[in-house]
Amino acid sequence: MEESQRKAYWQANIRLVLVLLAVWFVVSYGFGILFKEALDAIDLFGFKLGFWWAQQGSIYVFLLLIAVYAWQMNRLDRQFDVHED
Amino acid sequence: MTLQTMTYIAVGLSFALYIGIAIWSRAGSTRDFYVAGKGVHPVANGMATAADWMSAASFISMAGLIAFLGYGGSVYLMGWTGGYVLLALLLAPYLRKFGKFTVPEFIGERYYSKAATIVAVICLIFISFTYVAGQMRGVGIVFSRFLEVDLVTGLLIGMGIVFFYAVLGGMKGITYTQVAQYCVLIFAYTVPAVFISLQMTGNPIPQLAFGSELTGEGVALLVKLDQVVQELGFNAYTLGNKSTIDIFAITLALMVGTAGLPHVIVRFFTVPKVRDARRSAFWALGFIALLYTVAPAVGSMARLNLIDTVQPGTIGAPEANLIYEERPQWFKTWEKTGLLSFEDKNGDGRIQYYNDANPEFTATAESYGWQGNELNVDRDIMVLANPEIANLPNWVIALVAAGGIAAALSTAAGLLLVISASVSHDLCKGMIAPNLSDRSELMIGRIAAGVAVCIAGYLGANPPGFVSQVVAFAFGLAAASLFPVILMGIFSKRINREGAIAGMVTGLVFTAGYIIYFKGVFIDPIGINTAEHWLFGISPEGIGAVGMALNFIVATVVSRITSAPPEAVQALVEDIRVPRGAGVATAH
Repeated sequence: MEESQRKAYWQANIRLVLVLLAVWFVVSYGFGILFKEALDAIDLFGFKLGFWWAQQGSIYVFLLLIAVYAWQMNRLDRQFDVHED
Repeated sequence: MTLQTMTYIAVGLSFALYIGIAIWSRAGSTRDFYVAGKGVHPVANGMATAADWMSAASFISMAGLIAFLGYGGSVYLMGWTGGYVLLALLLAPYLRKFGKFTVPEFIGERYYSKAATIVAVICLIFISFTYVAGQMRGVGIVFSRFLEVDLVTGLLIGMGIVFFYAVLGGMKGITYTQVAQYCVLIFAYTVPAVFISLQMTGNPIPQLAFGSELTGEGVALLVKLDQVVQELGFNAYTLGNKSTIDIFAITLALMVGTAGLPHVIVRFFTVPKVRDARRSAFWALGFIALLYTVAPAVGSMARLNLIDTVQPGTIGAPEANLIYEERPQWFKTWEKTGLLSFEDKNGDGRIQYYNDANPEFTATAESYGWQGNELNVDRDIMVLANPEIANLPNWVIALVAAGGIAAALSTAAGLLLVISASVSHDLCKGMIAPNLSDRSELMIGRIAAGVAVCIAGYLGANPPGFVSQVVAFAFGLAAASLFPVILMGIFSKRINREGAIAGMVTGLVFTAGYIIYFKGVFIDPIGINTAEHWLFGISPEGIGAVGMALNFIVATVVSRITSAPPEAVQALVEDIRVPRGAGVATAH
């Protein structure tokens, strides 16, 4: 594999990870902790919204993030021809 | 059929299942023993990882903690799931590509240093034993309550089972047993939750039910709970009582600690391909989320149910509290274990449960004729007692007992394997006798697992007073020592041996020092463990986050001023970043 290709693959990987980690941070530390009080003013089907993010919402998003990562990385692997078998 | 007979049947059947699987999937080689021949399907591996991860703490304690901490309990929910995002995105695929058996092995090779391996082995063994002791306590609680055997007998039975399938089957046996254990524990956790949700709100889905309106009351469950706990002098349930910075730090320490726990990381060594490591992380978190999203529902319902039981009438009215002589049967059985107790402080023969540590509530309580909180509930009993409090049928209660034991045993087995792999592979083969044959290494691994089972059993029977304190230790150390060096080992080619060792030692010493200073694990605490004495207002539970930051800083600075790692190591880093070429998997 060529050096430039290798670099491009790694950078695409880093970019994807950073975007996903930004979402990871916003839903848990942002919605669930830092802005929890402000969001609590909003009612979501009987839950205060900030409380819901901390005890439910963030977990669903975490799962979604890993799904997106696995899917996108498999795509990247094929695109750069570094996939297995 | 009585509850006890039913519990014997449920627990006995589940044990027979585990032993059957162990015999079917014996380990033939070190490869089978350490990483299940690297041939486990991602879904099965995800399920096994989930069972491995969800310990007695998750199954028995977590909902109880949330019940009493309210919003403050969110740190466990986010911390113990968010760590899987870090694990999946930053560690798992690369460690699978590296393709070895243990975590210290990666650290030793990446940092070309036996000293680094030894530091990693010490962290690993300490973290794992801390954890195992907690599992054994969980087994003890379940046995003493439901099977009414004494604690030591209960422990011996539990140890025997774990010994049998961990020592015989190694990782292969453990993985397939854990798949069965996951099914038992998730079924046992969700069935009562669905029943209780239906009973209280008419909505069978627990994740939605705890926001729904209570049947016949026209008020939402969480709103009612907020109101009732405040009337009893507690903080509002959805508010909690921790500062924002502390919640932030604890969540971070738990997340990073989760991603740095050796027994979790090693699960991703067992799948056939890098692609499978990514997929497996998804399945693992999915299976974990199933329990973790139900837990807060169970917590809030258990709290409300408990209060409704002891405080059936209007708060403050003299005859509104439950008469002690009329207490329900579950109350009496739990009293026998000493985990639930009542003391009639005002001599009225009724049970008063309120927050007597709240100075603002003292006057109100006195005007009601209350002279202190009379009910002490151990948080660990909430999940186990919940089905009884809600009057669910006996088979559900028996199921919960089997589930609790499954959770404790699956985690204990995973931990014991990590310990034994470290002793036989990293220490014996890696350091003492590099020419060890596969057969003898397997033998040493089995002996080490056997010894570890005995130590764990001893710790369970004689729990060191500090089991609860050392849990903070396990996560703090994993966060401050192992996670940063593994992460930097993958994402930076510049971090070298000197930097990694300096970073690990700094993180380790700082975090351990801070926890010992405030909690006094082996000595008496030196500092006063309250918010105004903490560094930046961060409690010992959350200090691992600061230790992690120190590790990163020190490792980077030291690496900059010392020479770059050798060419071969830089090439290794390049290699693990690319999926193609991961070791060939063996089918079985």
